[in-house]
Amino acid sequence: MVDLAQYIVGGLTTGTLYGLVALGIVLLYRSSRVLNFAHGDIATLAAFLGFSLVLRLQGPALIPLAVEATWWQFLPGMAVSVAVTAALAAAFYFLVLRPVKEATLLGRIVVTLGLALALNGLVSMIWGADTKIFPFPISDVRVYRLGGVVISHVGLALTAAGVTLMVLLYLLVQRTRVGLAMRAVAQDLVAAQALGIPSRRIFALTWGLAGALGAAAGILAAPVTLLNPAMMLDPFLKGFAAAVLGGMDSLPGAVLGGWLLGLVESLFAGYISFAFKTSLAFLIIIFMLMVRPEGLLGREYRRRV
Amino acid sequence: MHTDLRQRYEEDLALVRGFWGWFALAALVVALALLPFRAPGYIVFTVSLVAINAIIAVGLNLLTGYTGQISLGHAGFVAIGAYTAGILSGRLGLSWWVAWPAAGLVAALFGFLVGLPALRLTGPYLTIATLGFGIAVHQVLTNWERLSGGRMGLPVPRAMFGPASLTGEQRLYILAVGGAALLIWVAYNLTRSHVGRAFVALRDSDIAAEVMGINLTRYKTLAFAVSAFYAGVAGALFGQALRHLEPQLFTFFESIYYFAMIVIGGLASIPGAVIGAVIVTILPQQLSLLREWVPIIFGTAIILLMALEPRGLYGRWQRIRLYFTTWPL
Repeated sequence: MVDLAQYIVGGLTTGTLYGLVALGIVLLYRSSRVLNFAHGDIATLAAFLGFSLVLRLQGPALIPLAVEATWWQFLPGMAVSVAVTAALAAAFYFLVLRPVKEATLLGRIVVTLGLALALNGLVSMIWGADTKIFPFPISDVRVYRLGGVVISHVGLALTAAGVTLMVLLYLLVQRTRVGLAMRAVAQDLVAAQALGIPSRRIFALTWGLAGALGAAAGILAAPVTLLNPAMMLDPFLKGFAAAVLGGMDSLPGAVLGGWLLGLVESLFAGYISFAFKTSLAFLIIIFMLMVRPEGLLGREYRRRV
Repeated sequence: MHTDLRQRYEEDLALVRGFWGWFALAALVVALALLPFRAPGYIVFTVSLVAINAIIAVGLNLLTGYTGQISLGHAGFVAIGAYTAGILSGRLGLSWWVAWPAAGLVAALFGFLVGLPALRLTGPYLTIATLGFGIAVHQVLTNWERLSGGRMGLPVPRAMFGPASLTGEQRLYILAVGGAALLIWVAYNLTRSHVGRAFVALRDSDIAAEVMGINLTRYKTLAFAVSAFYAGVAGALFGQALRHLEPQLFTFFESIYYFAMIVIGGLASIPGAVIGAVIVTILPQQLSLLREWVPIIFGTAIILLMALEPRGLYGRWQRIRLYFTTWPL
């Protein structure tokens, strides 16, 4: 029983991360039908930016590479990193994606692939390919014990921060005028434009929001995965899997998909095979796409030829 | 005076047109035939790598450029071909001439299987499915150590044929360039036959194609199988080039680089795929001092090409040629 509870806790923690990544992907997909392959690399860039800012705020350390930062060094660094990343994502929409000539689906996917490649190269060039430790204000060795179940401080903080972000996003999309405009644009672009919604600004805002979500995911993943240019590849692919599982056009679906995937993966790793844990996500994707392409909560997929 | 006016359908179908076309082809054949015996070994090896990548790029372009089905898992097919040939010739001791086609056929079988979900999935969903396939192949190879040798790798025996005086590089060159020439010729013939026309019709509108009597199931899975066959054949050659296989050679990033080849060279164009393969293979080698810049250059090149010239470098070249042939107009 303790094992089971432990696997569930672990699954929910990683599931929160997957869900955050999936939210960023779904947010963009449902508003502009763009599948953003650069999402993981945007997150990586944000994590490295945050890393440099925290180091800068820490000043010349007595011990090189102190692994803990105080909240006063961490929070401003993170805020700046998230803001910069969001601005970059919005700028990418305005400067690159909108003027692209080949505005077909293939064209737009290819452009985000190009961005992914370029960003990944940029991160490797600036920060180097070696692994770095992210200075985080919460220790990753201290744990809580609940009747034999071990919960690390970092895992708990990650889950709490993730859930907070999800709730904030929900409130923004469902309870504000901007959120209403975002939903309108996602539902019917032409009608929304006819009603005077500035669709380009909404798209740029959506890109910025998705970039900020990606940045948050990257920063939250950093203490677990450590910093290296390929750190977000696995969470990004899992986030994709979670998005497909939950439905590419459903925000609650992304969160549900993230948690489900995290749980299934954790249980599979615990009881069946640790080595094939990562392959499982892709088997789930392929199975899901064959059985119910619209996902658990999605509604979009309609056409069969 | 512009002389390339085509009056009959046969002229439009012809692969090589006019005296200068034949002359260029003959010069190319002579140059490629002399190269392995005149040039230093590393150039022979580099040209072989280019030929191997050209096979993959042409196959991928048949699928993505002509049929409009995005594949981000092509490294998976390459890996399947490489390991099939490696296991058949290494562990089972079969002849290379059995292992090589078998590599293509096994990859084609997997291509057919990946093509099956493609019947129901379009656009982004298919992209995700192929991406998942590529990663899954990499994962299975990494973890199923009895099959692949795992991270330790799988040694591949050298294919022996011809006179004993041939060096290893020359043998690889003959296989790679010969194979590439054959497969490129097949690809040309495919695209100008009813099969290629069906692929293009599928890409432009699958509903209209179905109404015209094109069997979607057959042609979509055929496109996947053919493309995977190319990748598998190239994978077997890749094993010959490196003589040692490990799963790390076939990651998601390789799939993106294959994709970069056809986007940079030109989608839906066979010379474009070859140009892309040349650039993506040679550039990182020549820029070894600026190695970190390579992904940035390719990434930016992809974005700029999509923004400014969606038909790639070959499309740009065609436009330039058209401008001069029709000049004062």
